[in-house]
Amino acid sequence: MSAIPRTRPSRQGQQQQWPKLAELAGQIKNGERSAVEVVEACIERAEAAEDYHGILKLEITAARERAEQIDQLVADGETEGVLLGVPFLAKDNFLTNGQAETTAASHMLETFTAPYQATAIEKLEAAGAIMLGKTNLDEFAHGSSTENSAFGSTKNPYDPQRVPGGSSGGSAAAVALNIVPFALGTDTGGSIRLPASFCGTVGYKPTYGLVSRFGVIAMASSTDVIGPLTRSSHDAGFVLDVLAGRDGRDSTTIAREETYHIGEPAELSGLRVGVIKEHMGEHVGRGMRSATWEKIKALERAGARVEEVELPHDSVALAIYYIIAPAEISSNLARYDGIKYGYYTSSADSLEETYLQSRGEGFGDEPIRRMLTGTFVLSSGYQEAYYKKAQKVRTLLRGDYETVFGTYDVLAGPMSPTTAFKLGEKGDPVAMYQSDDLAISANLAGIPSISLPAGEIDGLPFGLQLQAPAGRDKRLLDIAAAVEGVI
Amino acid sequence: MRRDRRSNSQAPESDYTADIGIECHIQLKTASKLFCSCSNDSRQEDPNTTVCPVCLGLPGTLPVLNKRAVELAMQAGIALNARVAEHTKFDRKNYFYPDLPKGYQITQYDQPIIGAGEVAVPLENDSFSVRIVRAHMEEDAGKLVHPESADYSLVDLNRAGTPLLEIVSQPDMHSPAQAKAYARELYYRMLYVGASDVDLYHGNMRFDLNVSVRPSGSDRFGTRTEIKNMNSFRNVERAADYEIGRQIQLLENGQLVTQETRGWDEQKTYLMREKEEAEDYRYFPEPDIPPLELDRSKREQVEQELPPLLTHVRHTLRATGLEQTKIEALINQPRLAMLGLSVLEEITDPASRDRIVNWLTSEVVRLLRAEDFDWDDFALSVGQLGELSDMTADDELNSSAAKQVLGEMVTSPRSPRQIAEEKQLIQTSDAGEIESIVDQVIQNNPQAAQDVRDGKSKAIGFLTGEVMKASQGQTNPQIVKDLLEHKLNQ
Repeated sequence: MSAIPRTRPSRQGQQQQWPKLAELAGQIKNGERSAVEVVEACIERAEAAEDYHGILKLEITAARERAEQIDQLVADGETEGVLLGVPFLAKDNFLTNGQAETTAASHMLETFTAPYQATAIEKLEAAGAIMLGKTNLDEFAHGSSTENSAFGSTKNPYDPQRVPGGSSGGSAAAVALNIVPFALGTDTGGSIRLPASFCGTVGYKPTYGLVSRFGVIAMASSTDVIGPLTRSSHDAGFVLDVLAGRDGRDSTTIAREETYHIGEPAELSGLRVGVIKEHMGEHVGRGMRSATWEKIKALERAGARVEEVELPHDSVALAIYYIIAPAEISSNLARYDGIKYGYYTSSADSLEETYLQSRGEGFGDEPIRRMLTGTFVLSSGYQEAYYKKAQKVRTLLRGDYETVFGTYDVLAGPMSPTTAFKLGEKGDPVAMYQSDDLAISANLAGIPSISLPAGEIDGLPFGLQLQAPAGRDKRLLDIAAAVEGVI
Repeated sequence: MRRDRRSNSQAPESDYTADIGIECHIQLKTASKLFCSCSNDSRQEDPNTTVCPVCLGLPGTLPVLNKRAVELAMQAGIALNARVAEHTKFDRKNYFYPDLPKGYQITQYDQPIIGAGEVAVPLENDSFSVRIVRAHMEEDAGKLVHPESADYSLVDLNRAGTPLLEIVSQPDMHSPAQAKAYARELYYRMLYVGASDVDLYHGNMRFDLNVSVRPSGSDRFGTRTEIKNMNSFRNVERAADYEIGRQIQLLENGQLVTQETRGWDEQKTYLMREKEEAEDYRYFPEPDIPPLELDRSKREQVEQELPPLLTHVRHTLRATGLEQTKIEALINQPRLAMLGLSVLEEITDPASRDRIVNWLTSEVVRLLRAEDFDWDDFALSVGQLGELSDMTADDELNSSAAKQVLGEMVTSPRSPRQIAEEKQLIQTSDAGEIESIVDQVIQNNPQAAQDVRDGKSKAIGFLTGEVMKASQGQTNPQIVKDLLEHKLNQ
């Protein structure tokens, strides 16, 4: 096994890796590369990798114009912006007001043109980055494979017969294929980290509230976070440094730490690493367990003190997530009613018919399934038994983490129970939900978590997950950089 | 729609007790909406112009709580003599309607910002008490417009996201007059505290009534009906009166009152909808707005910024021994009441104070009712009133001249002396000058003078008038009269 993905015949779109973001921006600033040249390379690579269907729409004209402007700025000696000239792709649930619609991969929003931009996009553009286009996702981010996209599945760069994971599958595939140096995703219940692990990239889920959700189509508001998919933890920290911080337009945002740039990786010697016992059980594939143990042993060899830890309520995390998230989804998706914007059925002849037809036809099966579940668990007579009880267990789960983080610096385990599965393999929704079994606790607890490429199992990449206490994103990134060096 | 006869003709109302509760929505007086920076005042605006992505509920938008709205709600709570919560939060109320852009309303469910309270309500020369259950903040919806003979409706979202405070009372009112008095009391309390513009015409303040009747002496409430959306005190009273009569008539006829929602068409209440299965709004905590902690320092800050409350104004006026109807006449015009307070504070001479308060509660109140009166022009000050009072006390102005000056001062900051001089209203007080005019008049009217000498007192009025005429009104009639009597009865 190797930390660096091998060039394989099945990865025809695979191109030369981009240098680290800091280095790439530096090259553009000192004139070593032009922004135009970088953007053209991205476009070329995107076109070469079209079959993977990771991208829904490119904003070629705007990106080219912006690159030309940047090159002119550089020529004029103006080199402000840490990401100057660096192109990126955004999952298509980020609102962008350029050429591309913002669709959430749903027929409901197929023609929706956003009148404003997400804070995350604004911040990246302000740092000089170039928005190149929008990536594929499961409809409204509901899914773990990108198969729920209304516009067709994305394929795994390692094996086009397999899924890239989801819901940020398009962003993960695009980074794995080296189309762009980084991409944005959202993670409500593993949606950045699962595809990162399936595609062999780094996927970073920040502490809840560290990055503004303004301008991102809400899935489950209490667990939605925004984060980067990159080729290294250094790059993840570099992008997070641009994104992080309070936003007057999102009341749930929190104060940032001074920096997220990784300087020196953390010292592994003496690091207290807890291995989550509940993440190493029978429900995790044997191959995955042994591969993960092997990586953890590498940490031990580097001087880390490794012990198994228990998170008693982790075993029901998936169950409570599939109560809380659908509850919030059922409410968050109520605004798509066919009246103000989005899919509208003109044949309806009453208000109720308009609602039923527009929503019935505009939404795919999975959003409808989740809205029905959510409506049920919030209904009077059931709310106590489901929604309220789930919230209580969520509090207990947070308590579990607090206890464990009293003793351990970081928790480690596999990112997913298996490597990428085959397209169409998981027709049963519950089997699909179980793909996120190991990711979801971090979302419910609001803590930061990262998936690091840890090598391959039978030719398919797998990820090592690290988790840290809420608000300790910088520490987690420093540790990740060190771990990256030994696995 | 059912048409019920007015029923109080033969129904023995005294055999029944009515129980009335009121839910009152007031629009909080903020510059911007509850969760975005759009203008909160769209009274003069075209449809869908005071809107933004947030109040339109576009994808990706998030609510950001207006801090001023929270402060105003806290002030309103204090004005209602109610408890301000230390911990409060927002919830989502989920339902579909075209005027509700997000498909849910952000409101407060189980932890409202204002808890229980009690309001003393004056009524004629007495008062009664109404308990407040709670008051919570919420956003208003937009409104639907139904063009005539069109097969569609239009949505105007200008009002969507407007901050409201819903004040819920116990059913502590037992007559239409009490319901009206409570509605009026809420109006003035909110007006004085400045929490709302309470513009009834534009729906800044709306009342829903819960009405039930029960046999007097029974301690079980009758089945209640809800009457929606009254926008004046008078309609609150009339709707309550009508509904009580209707319910008593039903019971007298051996029928049952059914729990239902009714409307008011200015003449009668009518059925809007029968109580269906209780609607399930699937309330849950709003995840986009962190819970609010209103700690002691925040509450103290709000208390410090409070303007004088209605209860305080009323209490101060009452301490002067002013009768309740005069107090309420002042209170009806808050700026007048504030002026009254300043008068009480700054004018120490009791005679002068009484004179001024009397002007305020009679003459000035009358002047303010003038059709062309505009509060923007209101200029009356304590300084002016004090000077006017002194001039009257010194007999420089007679009472009708004082009223003339007062009429001018209501909209002019000029001194009363300046106004009086300009209008030549100052009474001549030079004794010699008056005496010579009096002598002249007696000479010119020998018959009248003789009548006075003969004890026909009526004639003295005529002579006084002649003197006034000759002096162009600048003499004090009392002095003139005294002088005439003195001269003619020697």
